[in-house]
Amino acid sequence: MAVDWKKILPIVGILIFLIFVPLVTSRTDVLTWFFLTLLYIALSQSWNIIGGFAGQVNLGHAAFFGAGALTARYIWLHFGLPFPLALLGGAVAATLFAMLIGLPAFRLKGIYFVIGTLVLAEILRLVFYTILPEADVMPMKLLGTYSLNPRYYLSLLFAVLSVAAVYWVSRSRLGMGLLAVREDEEAAEASGVNTQKHKLVAFLISTFMAGLTGGIYAYYGAAFRPGGLFEPVWTFDAVIIVFVGGVGTIIGPIIGSVFFVLLKQFLSLYLPGGMHVAVFGVLFIIVVLFLPEGLVELITKVRHRLLGESSQIVS
Amino acid sequence: MFGLVAQTLVNGINVGAMYGLIAVGLSLTFGVMKILNVAHGEFLMVGGYIAFWLFTLIGLDPFLCLPFVGVILFVLGALSYKLLFSGLAKFHEEAKVKNSLLVAFGLFLIFPQIARVLWTSDERAITPAYSGESFAILGIRVGYVPLAGLLVAVVIIFGLHLFLTKTYFGKSVRGTTENWKAAKLMGINVERTYLITFAVGAALAGIAGILVGMMQTVTPDMGMPWTLKALIVLVLAGIGSVGGAFFAGLILGIVEAVSAIFIGPYTMALGLVIFLLILMFRPQGLFGKE
Repeated sequence: MAVDWKKILPIVGILIFLIFVPLVTSRTDVLTWFFLTLLYIALSQSWNIIGGFAGQVNLGHAAFFGAGALTARYIWLHFGLPFPLALLGGAVAATLFAMLIGLPAFRLKGIYFVIGTLVLAEILRLVFYTILPEADVMPMKLLGTYSLNPRYYLSLLFAVLSVAAVYWVSRSRLGMGLLAVREDEEAAEASGVNTQKHKLVAFLISTFMAGLTGGIYAYYGAAFRPGGLFEPVWTFDAVIIVFVGGVGTIIGPIIGSVFFVLLKQFLSLYLPGGMHVAVFGVLFIIVVLFLPEGLVELITKVRHRLLGESSQIVS
Repeated sequence: MFGLVAQTLVNGINVGAMYGLIAVGLSLTFGVMKILNVAHGEFLMVGGYIAFWLFTLIGLDPFLCLPFVGVILFVLGALSYKLLFSGLAKFHEEAKVKNSLLVAFGLFLIFPQIARVLWTSDERAITPAYSGESFAILGIRVGYVPLAGLLVAVVIIFGLHLFLTKTYFGKSVRGTTENWKAAKLMGINVERTYLITFAVGAALAGIAGILVGMMQTVTPDMGMPWTLKALIVLVLAGIGSVGGAFFAGLILGIVEAVSAIFIGPYTMALGLVIFLLILMFRPQGLFGKE
């Protein structure tokens, strides 16, 4: 297979840059922005598989993020096992939970799946705010040696892995099947695609990744309330990022995450807190109505126009 | 014991009336247009705040606010529909349902932030002089405000029922619910039916917002919890059944109130669990037909 250096070189360049970021700067604010962007890339890519490729709008993604985060936190801090094991445990817990929910949930079609997942995350949020009302704080021993660097590299690793996973899904037979399900479920079923199985597999991959991302957050957060891990904002941020960036594309969630974190930081300088959500709400509606592939589509259109015009000038 | 149970029932019915009122609006828009309006609770929030303004700024009695809030929210709903949802007609059926959900989701992101700027994050309540007053029947305290709220809800639901069954426009609404293509062929202006239905749904939510503002509080982020409540009621009743939605609202209110005695803080989750169970085992709802 011929290697397309034009495509690979920029990716390698970006990766090398990202690897060197913590070595160049020790400013915690800059590192935190990068960390959050990478965390959002991993989270939004995980949503992209079920919501973007399979077309099942899951409004309860926070349930799986939270399940992964809380499990990982407990295995790591409260049972005292090594962190990688905790990370895996969190992801497995999220997936098991998805399996438990997924089989009945996919009996619910379309709109019912949306309502069902939304409510599921809400149940978990309420339950955990009630049974674990106190903030989960890292022990002093860990806080004393707390460093952002390992958190940063972990998020980088998982962001890369999540992009790779989405790339693999988009190229695989599974991905083709998912697109068929998204475009027209009945037609897919009629042409021999096992739609239930496809949706379930996509759901499991998606929730496994969400659980891993939750694990990163469990490693990062010095203190948080367990119920807060199930806050709908984890779902909604992922949904906004995917749609504004470009739903069902590989690069979309990456662009969306960068844009989301930057705009959030920028707007918080000038506007009262939370206004970035309103701006993203407006963008979101514009994308749904006029730009079905989000910023990715916009960028391609602009580039085509510029290149098209410049080539005309040359000729 | 009798006193406690009876008192709880009365409280449950009062809360249930609000649930019913907000669910009816959601049920109407979903039944007619197949739009799941996750921003329904936002209209409730806006209604509550407008009543709060009318009450604190010009001292208008909250019950006299009803027509004003109803009209303002009707216009707001109509505008939202015209600007955002009517553009979705160009998509085919499945994409239309999904995209309308997404547009409503976008609205849900925008409304609370605007409310935070206009009214700050403080909890607001509408407190006319008589707000804490109550009277006793057989030792059970009945508040004037909740009782009046219940009456308002019943009158509005009954009015809506008459509107849907007795008027020509109501007939066109029901026709469009059944089959919009056939309705269109019969000469019904489907687009206008959608517009008015959506606006009526918003107005109903706004009126429910006044009642919530009097009995509880209004905050910028109240929309989503109330939308969830309405969704639970909707699924309990069976999607698209308007009369059923009101009764299901009452049932949910009573169940929550009674269960609060036994399981305390888990009451909120209970409603949601009931909801998931119904969704899995009886998706047509308690009052729906197979």
